Amino acid sequence: MKRETTINLLLAAVLLALPLVAAGMGEPFYVTLATRVVVLALAAVGLNLALGLGGLLSFGHAAFFGLGGYAAGILATHAFNAEPLFAGIPGTTSMPLIWLVAVLVAGLVALPIGAISLRTTGVYFIMITLAFAQMIYYFAISWPAYGGEDGLSIYVRNAFPGINTAQPLPYFLVCFAVLMAALLLFRLIEGSRFGSALQAARQNGVRLAAVGIPPFKIRLVAFMLSAMITGLAGALYADLNRFVGPSMLSWHMSGELMVLIILGGKGRLFGPVAGAMIFVSLEYVLGGITERWQFFLGLILLGIVLFARGGFLGLVSGKPRHV
Amino acid sequence: MSEPILEIRDLRKSFNALKATDGVSLDLHPGQIHALIGPNGAGKSTLIHQIAGSLKADSGTIRFLGQDIGGLDMAARARLGLARSFQISSLAQEFSALRNVMLAVQAKEGSSFRFFRQVTADRSLIDPAMTVLERVGLAHRAQISAAELSHGERRQLEIAIALALSPKAFLFDEPMAGMGPESSKQLTAFLDGLRQEAPMLLVEHDMDAVFALADRISVLVYGRIIATGTVDEIRRDPEVRRAYLGEAA
Repeated sequence: MKRETTINLLLAAVLLALPLVAAGMGEPFYVTLATRVVVLALAAVGLNLALGLGGLLSFGHAAFFGLGGYAAGILATHAFNAEPLFAGIPGTTSMPLIWLVAVLVAGLVALPIGAISLRTTGVYFIMITLAFAQMIYYFAISWPAYGGEDGLSIYVRNAFPGINTAQPLPYFLVCFAVLMAALLLFRLIEGSRFGSALQAARQNGVRLAAVGIPPFKIRLVAFMLSAMITGLAGALYADLNRFVGPSMLSWHMSGELMVLIILGGKGRLFGPVAGAMIFVSLEYVLGGITERWQFFLGLILLGIVLFARGGFLGLVSGKPRHV
Repeated sequence: MSEPILEIRDLRKSFNALKATDGVSLDLHPGQIHALIGPNGAGKSTLIHQIAGSLKADSGTIRFLGQDIGGLDMAARARLGLARSFQISSLAQEFSALRNVMLAVQAKEGSSFRFFRQVTADRSLIDPAMTVLERVGLAHRAQISAAELSHGERRQLEIAIALALSPKAFLFDEPMAGMGPESSKQLTAFLDGLRQEAPMLLVEHDMDAVFALADRISVLVYGRIIATGTVDEIRRDPEVRRAYLGEAA
């Protein structure tokens, strides 16, 4: 087996084992912490598709994360208050339905954002994606119907058929299963014809166009798929916290997702997972010692950017190869 | 003579005051290798860029297989059957030679929006790609990434990618650039056989290759074609000798 595959399996095993042990020891806090790792990793898997495979430095993925969160919050609120959404359509507390809506909304919003942003490259692309995300952020703040600045509470965690999601461990397992499914999807896409074209677009867009594949279309579809996965993570995150607020949409969130990928290893299957594990551990351990833990996060990022471009996975498993 | 595959009429392109392409007209006929020669800065690459679609002409028409392609982007022109190579190798550097060619096979099949079937196990991509790599003599290097190939091998890979597209016309921009004399000779022999598959517009500085290959030669100087003709006509043309071949007439 390839070394990276071994490490990936090990990471998945640790991520699954820790909350099981914690639940066994009656420590639900750590189960919730692990769920946070899983959901952030899922959001970053989405971004990794655009950023890692496609080289699209989106600084606006918080928009999709937040939209997924608001999809969950708004649908749940309407269901809770027994008010129809519009035109008599009721809200819902069913997770599968909420996920579907979150994915569709994120994808639909990503279409115009991508169609406009992808006409630019480099720093302009970063700035335009940021601008779009900030527009949605300020829109959420100024829209009182769904809490405005205060956000929306989800009073009872939404329901998944046959699973008691109110308990931390079953909810963790639901999120873990979704993450594994997303990783499988990422791996399939990476190795597919579409994935080949997307990675070629990152390496050399002119070469891709010269063989007759339009890089713009490939990037746009990748951007949408990427947004959909991140949107799904947003819905899970809202249910994890039983709250959704504008902070999920803010540029800090976009930056955090990028940080996860850089920490773990850009473009690598388990990069987002490793990144989220490291990030949340640092946040918990260093955050317990000092409020200024992000100073140390900054130092670590600096070290990675200077000495270990491949992130954690690059450090432990060497260069990736495409043969 | 038969209908030209590629028909360029009065093409113009300026960069500020510099007329890089100044009323160029040119025909590429089936079965022919048409060489485009001229001193450095004559506008040969600029012309190739406009034909391939990576630069937009200011005015003039480009007809390919009877269709005006002036409004199409590079990818659309490639899909119509216009395969180009680059003066400076332009490859997906992290991909192996094989994956680079497989990308062209995939593009030719018009099927890049497939998300599940894995390309590394897809014989319908691998087999045609390997066949092409064998033809250009690069099969033994198939698994090597483009970044690790030698300069000459990268030039061969550019040709292989163009071949894999089974195009209706080749646009080759200095395919021999930077190659040693032995490799140049081999490539010349190889290109010689290609004219049966599709006609070729060939920009090249290697005069031995040009005189050995070309059915017709056009001489470009300061953005204008000063002469077009057979090898013998061009060799004899006094204006060409003065402007380009560097002889006092």
